[in-house]
Amino acid sequence: MSVTTPPGPVARSIEDLIAQALECEHFELINESGNHAVPAGSESHFKLIVVSEAFAGERLLARHRKINAILRELLAGPIHALALHTYTPDEWRARFADAPLSPPCLGGSGGGKDAPNSGG
Amino acid sequence: MSEQILSDIKEQIEGNPILLYMKGSPQAPQCGFSAQTVQCLMNCGERFAYVDILANPEIRATLPGYANWPTFPQLYVEGELVGGCDIITEMFEAGELQTLIKEAAERNPLPDA
Repeated sequence: MSVTTPPGPVARSIEDLIAQALECEHFELINESGNHAVPAGSESHFKLIVVSEAFAGERLLARHRKINAILRELLAGPIHALALHTYTPDEWRARFADAPLSPPCLGGSGGGKDAPNSGG
Repeated sequence: MSEQILSDIKEQIEGNPILLYMKGSPQAPQCGFSAQTVQCLMNCGERFAYVDILANPEIRATLPGYANWPTFPQLYVEGELVGGCDIITEMFEAGELQTLIKEAAERNPLPDA
């Protein structure tokens, strides 16, 4: 049996803020808090995949800065760790083969980086 | 934000061609993201400096604002922020990190080497 939990307020804020700031071809947010030592239902550790033409011509550093700026207040507050994966639509297709913007398997641990407020 | 801490940070970044700010030490990382970054860096086979931000709370509090980068770890090569765990991992998988680190090490030989 599997259980799905609807997105909480932090996840909805992330989605809203990104949607307002960037035109995304693909957006995917995974709450990875369950992999960490936090209470059930926590919204502290996330993985975010954003596919947008807005990243064209930008190095990864600039792309991540863009996302970090959009999520600044959440990163200073409830988000403890955020793994970021940013692609242009062309890069996404090249990386994950076939044309449709379907996500790759996300079962692994994934990279990430860790917010200064504590260790994730 | 203390001036002393800022000047310490600048000195560290300018004085170490390969420098990692992380949680814990390379031998005992205290966070999965720091552990993964150290793993990539170790695999490049060059000497690097590190600062354990858990043992240096003032650096931990000050560096994100100075660097305009909210999270740890942070890797600096020749005075420039390269990125955090996701960027380092992607660069390592593409073989770019190895080149960057090797070239930086070649350009900055140890004084007694």
